[in-house]
Amino acid sequence: MSWSTLAFAQVSQAVVNGTAREVVTVARGIAQAGGGETTALVWGPGGAAEAGRELVGFGADKVYCCELPGLEWRQPDLAAVTVAKLIKEVGYRVVVFPSTARGADVAARTAALLSAPMASNVVSWELVDDTLEVVRPVFAGRATATVRLSGGPVLITVRSNVFSPRPAQGAGVVETMAVEASSAEGRRGVRVTGFEEGRRDRLSVGEAPIVVSGGRGLGGPENWGLIEDLAEALGPDAALGASRAVVDAGWRPHDEQVGQTGKTVSPNLYIAVGISGAIQHLAGMRTSKRIVAINRDPRAPIFGVADYGVVGDVFEVLPALTEAVREVREGG
Amino acid sequence: MNVIACIKRVPDSAARIRPAADGKSINAAGVKFVTSPFDELALEEALRQRDEAGEGTVTAISVGPPECADILRSALALGADEAVLLSRGEEHRLDPVMAAGALAEEIRECAFDLVLTGKQAIDDEGGQAPALLAEALGVPFAPAAVALTVEDGRAVARREVEGGLEILEFDLPAVVSVDKGINLPRYPNLKGIMAAKRKPLEVKEAAGRSTGRLELVALEEPPPKGAGRILGEGPDAARELAHVLREEESLI
Ligand SMILES: Cc1cc2nc3c(=O)[nH]c(=O)nc-3n(C[C@H](O)[C@H](O)[C@H](O)COP(=O)(O)OP(=O)(O)OC[C@H]3O[C@@H](n4cnc5c(N)ncnc54)[C@H](O)[C@@H]3O)c2cc1C
Ligand SMILES: Nc1ncnc2c1ncn2[C@@H]1O[C@H](COP(=O)(O)O)[C@@H](O)[C@H]1O
Repeated sequence: MSWSTLAFAQVSQAVVNGTAREVVTVARGIAQAGGGETTALVWGPGGAAEAGRELVGFGADKVYCCELPGLEWRQPDLAAVTVAKLIKEVGYRVVVFPSTARGADVAARTAALLSAPMASNVVSWELVDDTLEVVRPVFAGRATATVRLSGGPVLITVRSNVFSPRPAQGAGVVETMAVEASSAEGRRGVRVTGFEEGRRDRLSVGEAPIVVSGGRGLGGPENWGLIEDLAEALGPDAALGASRAVVDAGWRPHDEQVGQTGKTVSPNLYIAVGISGAIQHLAGMRTSKRIVAINRDPRAPIFGVADYGVVGDVFEVLPALTEAVREVREGG
Repeated sequence: MNVIACIKRVPDSAARIRPAADGKSINAAGVKFVTSPFDELALEEALRQRDEAGEGTVTAISVGPPECADILRSALALGADEAVLLSRGEEHRLDPVMAAGALAEEIRECAFDLVLTGKQAIDDEGGQAPALLAEALGVPFAPAAVALTVEDGRAVARREVEGGLEILEFDLPAVVSVDKGINLPRYPNLKGIMAAKRKPLEVKEAAGRSTGRLELVALEEPPPKGAGRILGEGPDAARELAHVLREEESLI
């Protein structure tokens, strides 16, 4: 069986987001290691297909574009039925999804439809004895599991920001694929009937390359301007995060919570401000590439995982940091 | 409304995880086990949905070793009407196919309107069992709900996705997994704990087999992290930080 791979490239608002490039990069890597072709399935709203063609530049030999207007592209059963059908028809050996909320959902549904083995939140992979072996953090980052997925098809979701997108020239055959909207009917599925847009100006904490997170050390929600100013200074790549203590206190919304019972993130840069570093918080961010801690208590456990630490009062340190970030970024 | 809450027994979130000698399971010595946090939300939601409907029962089900009786007793103390323990060794822990298979075989035999699960278990963190369960039962699946309302056999859930909130509609029976934000679980009280002693807790052999296509090769402790660099105190250190992140790390 050849190592042909399929990447489920979720595209939104006619923009290829980082995760789409990452899944294509992983799919391409596996296909090359095993000797096979890489296909990208671009799935998104109107205008997305055009943007998805960019993925040829990350190694896609073939791109199927599925553009669905309105709420159709949000229908999870439709996506899963379509992906499962394509997998069966073409016979892909490995299918790679992003570990975003939607990507993980479509992956789990597809795995269930095909009774295929699946591993989520993969952080590395290897071909061993003609099977795919992957590593994934378990027990909230307190252990790592090496898992072997045999036969085909097998499905993985890859953790965001772990695999750097690598430009590569694929054969680049681009086709529009018709999706039978009726194909998910007859199944007793769920229907997405509405969407309420969140903040448009910021990425969500799970996918952003930079996260600025605040904890109880900020003293109250009225001081969050300090966190927002720093994120603003860091540019559009930065998202806001929070500890559970401040979410439970109602200072910040649930969708910003990082940790065991919040989002698991692994940005290139995680800045923890006034966060003590409880094990449940570390669970959600310890695999970040670089961690910065700002805390007035030099013994705070967060310093134990930090690459860089500043000891001090947030009310003095943050304004100085924000100003210095603006200066160095503007300095070019 | 008959609601089933699937609850998994997992190591406490603060416990140190050490691989056992077999390199595939955890060393349970000294580890405290609890109900997986998202499953506490699932149970709470089950109780609320039953009470909202004004009729029906809540059944708590757990797949795992005999010690799962502890978390099932807690569920009964919180207000579940009955509990079922599907007995299985450690091997279920990191195999969602096995767990979902066992749950499906049991739930298939029940008259249920709603199955509630956590978004993911905090040990295997697979987030797969609910979708597998829904497929095996042939019912709709709504993932990671932060809100759920049921009226006349029709349900509306909300979930967080990149960029905002989606509203999902589906018919019951269904499987719904829940995310943080859906509710705040209640605490047990003495009356509940006493009442739990008279409620049924059935123990059965678990059905559900592994496909054999997902094999755990090794379970290891993550490599320790090297010591970080404390840049100093106060605003001066903050300015140095900005320069390090820019010039040495090229991160900003
Ligand atoms: C089952 C379970 C699940 C959990 N899940 C999560 C989760 O998902 N995410 C999560 O974050 N937590 C989670 N927790 C909670 C966790 O245990 C901690 O309680 C929480 O992370 C603490 O938040 P914090 O660091 O903001 O607050 P604190 O622990 O109170 O820390 C505040 C920090 O701010 C510092 N500080 C105070 N004032 C200043 C100042 N002026 N300047 C600088 N520094 C200052 C202090 O030195 C301290 O270190 C969970 C707990 C349990 C039991
Ligand atoms: N062994 C189990 N016993 C009971 N419920 C389980 C078990 N395994 C998984 N579940 C349910 O499925 C959810 C998701 O689990 P997982 O797919 O393992 O992340 C959990 O939050 C539970 O509600």
